[in-house]
Amino acid sequence: MNRLSEFMLPPQKSTVAEGTDALFHFITTTSIILLIGITIAIIYFSWKYRRRSENDVTPVITHNSALEISWSVIPLILVMIVFGWGLRGYVNLTTVPDDAYEVRVVGKSWLWEFHYENGYVSVNELHVPVNRPVRLVMSSDDVLHSFYIPDFRVKMDVLPNRYTSLWFEATETGESVIFCTEYCGTAHSNMLATAYVHEQEDFETWLLTAGAADLDMDPIELGAELVSRNACQTCHSSDGSRLQGPTFLGLFGSERVMDNGERIIADENYIRESILDPNVKIVEGYLPVMPSYTGTLNDRQIDAIIAYLRTLQ
Amino acid sequence: MAGHSATEEKLDHLQHHFIDSDQQFEASKMGMWIFLVTEILFFGGLFVAYIVYRAWYPDLYLLASEQLDTFWGAVNTFVLIGSSLTVAMAIRSAQLNQIKGLIINLWITIGLACVFMVIKYFEYAEKFAKGILPGSYYSYEGVAHEKANIFFSIYYMMTGLHGVHVIIGIGLMLWLVYKAKKKVFHSGYYTPVEITGLYWHLVDIIWIFLFPLLYLID
Amino acid sequence: MATNEEIKNRKRIQVRRFVPEEFPEKHYLNEEKGLWAWLTTVDHKKIGLMYLASIAFFFFIAGVLALLLRTELLTPARSFMDADVYNQVFTLHGAIMIFFFLVPSVPAVLGNFVLPLQLGAKDVAFPRLNLASFYIYVIGALFTFYAIASGGVDTGWTFYTPYSATTGGNVMAMTFGIFILGFSSILTGINFMVTIHKMRSPGITWSKLPLNLWGLYATSIIQILATPVLAITLLLLTMERLLGIGIFDPAMGGDPVLYQHFFWFYSHPAVYIMIVPGFGIISEVISSFSRKTIFGYWAIALSSLAIAFIGFLVWGHHMFTAGQSSLANMVFSFLTFLVGIPTGIKIFNWLATMYKGSIDMKTPMIYAMVFLFLFTIGGFTGIMLGALSVDIHLHDTYYVVAHFHYVMMGGMVMAFLAGLHYWWPKMFGKMYSEFWARISAALLFVGFNMTFLPQFVMGSQGMPRRYFNYIDQFQPFHQFSTLGAYIMGVAFVLMFGYLLHSLLKGERAKANPWGSRALEWQTTSPAPLHNFEHTPVIVNGPYDYHKPMSEFQLGIANSHNGHHHHEEVSAKRTETEQA
Repeated sequence: MNRLSEFMLPPQKSTVAEGTDALFHFITTTSIILLIGITIAIIYFSWKYRRRSENDVTPVITHNSALEISWSVIPLILVMIVFGWGLRGYVNLTTVPDDAYEVRVVGKSWLWEFHYENGYVSVNELHVPVNRPVRLVMSSDDVLHSFYIPDFRVKMDVLPNRYTSLWFEATETGESVIFCTEYCGTAHSNMLATAYVHEQEDFETWLLTAGAADLDMDPIELGAELVSRNACQTCHSSDGSRLQGPTFLGLFGSERVMDNGERIIADENYIRESILDPNVKIVEGYLPVMPSYTGTLNDRQIDAIIAYLRTLQ
Repeated sequence: MAGHSATEEKLDHLQHHFIDSDQQFEASKMGMWIFLVTEILFFGGLFVAYIVYRAWYPDLYLLASEQLDTFWGAVNTFVLIGSSLTVAMAIRSAQLNQIKGLIINLWITIGLACVFMVIKYFEYAEKFAKGILPGSYYSYEGVAHEKANIFFSIYYMMTGLHGVHVIIGIGLMLWLVYKAKKKVFHSGYYTPVEITGLYWHLVDIIWIFLFPLLYLID
Repeated sequence: MATNEEIKNRKRIQVRRFVPEEFPEKHYLNEEKGLWAWLTTVDHKKIGLMYLASIAFFFFIAGVLALLLRTELLTPARSFMDADVYNQVFTLHGAIMIFFFLVPSVPAVLGNFVLPLQLGAKDVAFPRLNLASFYIYVIGALFTFYAIASGGVDTGWTFYTPYSATTGGNVMAMTFGIFILGFSSILTGINFMVTIHKMRSPGITWSKLPLNLWGLYATSIIQILATPVLAITLLLLTMERLLGIGIFDPAMGGDPVLYQHFFWFYSHPAVYIMIVPGFGIISEVISSFSRKTIFGYWAIALSSLAIAFIGFLVWGHHMFTAGQSSLANMVFSFLTFLVGIPTGIKIFNWLATMYKGSIDMKTPMIYAMVFLFLFTIGGFTGIMLGALSVDIHLHDTYYVVAHFHYVMMGGMVMAFLAGLHYWWPKMFGKMYSEFWARISAALLFVGFNMTFLPQFVMGSQGMPRRYFNYIDQFQPFHQFSTLGAYIMGVAFVLMFGYLLHSLLKGERAKANPWGSRALEWQTTSPAPLHNFEHTPVIVNGPYDYHKPMSEFQLGIANSHNGHHHHEEVSAKRTETEQA
């Protein structure tokens, strides 16, 4: 039976996973035993008491107190066990340890932003230390999202105008997938991120060098890196195909027709404005859905992206 | 309830699937009562929204309700209570076979309902002129609260929906007048008058709740 | 307790036996002819059939949409439709299945057809209102089609704000359509409730009310109490889009979680609008095909009411991760488990009814057994989702999708099919091919489990719902699931085929082909226009299989057939009231 449950659940990579899984196993096992009992009863009765003639006489059995009490009380006891067990697990999930490391999470359609204490912002990549409680303080810039890491058994909705939080303590290093589980529109299913769990030292090194590495790069290379790191490709292709947003190929320097009929040449200022304040000018045939990157990208990074877009002709 | 002696005189109203007038009358009345329950729950949703926002922003309600005109609100309350009385008198007239009295009372009720709507119109117009418009069209600066638009959205939803019910009531009573003139009702059959009366009382009661909740906050 | 005087009065009733005529020349289907007579009919049976045609149409549309979804999900990336199209398709699949098929299916189709028959009444209390409900349903449907034609809807059937307040398409027409539809449901509920209270034949006391009617009664309570709240919620949402009233939209200062509370206050009880009448059908079918008194009549009847009431208090279990307080989560979780108890009691009662019965595995009984199996799985997985810590993991994954398909399709649709096959002879006076019906039921069972069992596994592994793309590891499960969906498609085509054949060339049905004691079988097949040519008098319980059939065919000769012979009738009523 445990084999089945192991097959059904993702690997346990956080401190709460084991407790949650134990309850999952308990309910699955109990249910399967009861289901087999009920199924056997159905099949056995159908065969044993099959109609033998049109004149069959059936006994009058209208109730049986002992039976009825037992099939009311036993399930009641079982579900109360499940309730208490589930509640205990839930209390664990909501009681954040004091020394938790805090990361600020912003959900935008359709990407995840992670803000660290030193001001560094990563997109779609959550880096955390192993064996240390991490608390995520989350909010949304637009519609509802929901932050879900199956390997850690944690999930919480992300709301606009309100903070929600969750915490976990990863128990092994490695990578785990992060999903958005509250439907949020076109690219809902592409709103994926990855949680990277590092050893404490590695995490600190990463945090120190994450922003610094960019300084050494050539602007075009950095631009390409930023376009990928900031999930621009979720909506903008580089090969001319149409996604939720216009393609980057041949964008720079071309004439754009806006939804109000205005014609604009896509120069540096236009691209800068489209990154920082994306819904002021909308190209004809597209929807105003892009989130703003104000506070996420600095001037140098925007310059690098522009330099990269120039190469896509 | 109707006496048997009367019911046996005229039975054009009895639908084929009922056994007798009493069954038909009781069924119709019960149906109307259940319908009123659904109406209460329908408005109940709005009352919940009202309560939730009032619990969150008590000061908003204090500030914003000053914009509502308590005097005309009170007048409207008396107008509706008066109309409830006349609709009850209409039912009484029908029970007593006084068709002329029935029609007069219905006309008075319709008149009072129209007075209510006219006062409501002036209240709305005064607010629209100030820029207190529903939803995103709200542009009034006089209420010092960032959520003032929400109070007025709730105000317009509640009074607007109530207004729609008043208009439906006027329509129903015009139809009753038409039927009464065709001599359809008599002491043995006045079910539509009775259940329209029930409906009208509900419309009145909802206003009696709306008036203090919206106008009389302080 | 009856006094001597009353007992003496009882003897005055002239009750005699009315054996239903076999193969009647005239019945409700041929007494009035022509399209206009159908469209303007106030006969509950014909209105039921018009609903049947409508919901079959919507089931077909939403079923095809489901097959499109499953086909798209054969590959992890785009297979043949764009993400935006996919989002519209799953929204419509859900919205149409729930609002246009599941909610009206049992009450409006089978309930309309069978409720007055089971009461021995000539019609429901308000026949014209009943017809109006049907047309309100049609108007709601037209709005929906308008919404689809004018831009579509991509919000999911839950219309969560703020997405639904800001996205493109024509959400307003859709929500307004469902707003209108709600009134159809409310009016049907009022009609049924009044009919059950006021139109019972002599002798039908509350303890002799068929369990199907207890089911419909509990359903009516939910329809009456919950649907108005949905109506106001959707009205507010419509206003949100039209005027921007800001109550639910955070951009205007509103609160999206408030919307969820409003929405689930209706939509959780709505789940019971869909399933509780199914319980009624299963009780009828199991008792009929076991030829045995139902076990625990009051337990089944009252558990339906209990479910209806507790069902109003558990809406918050849809919002365990939505950011409501921990206390609220705890209370809602606790109450959720309480709903499980009456549901479990029903399952055991049905099993006990089969014990020592005389079981005939005809098609309706096969569907009832399929229901028992699938609904039990749906129930157990519901317990899983009620457990707080596990729900945090499983919420909004395919586990939830599989769970509610087991409850809604494995439970509700199977109950509907059981009822449809059970009452089919009464509806049309024709039998269907038992052989093909069994093949179809078997295919449906296999296809259903192939479709939804893998979804439990996917969901546990973390596959979120409403995903157009997915990560590669889930592909084998999705493909298996799609294959199962195709098998179900074949089963439904087969079903359509043999039912059509039955209508056109089917063998004529006897008045009581199943040997049931229930009142609706004690009239001709199909029933006459006014259901019974006499006023039925009931002396036994609806499931007293130990009593001879003749005791279930009693009645008073009836001269009141739509014309006004009042004095005679009112005299009769006086007598019957004392019976």
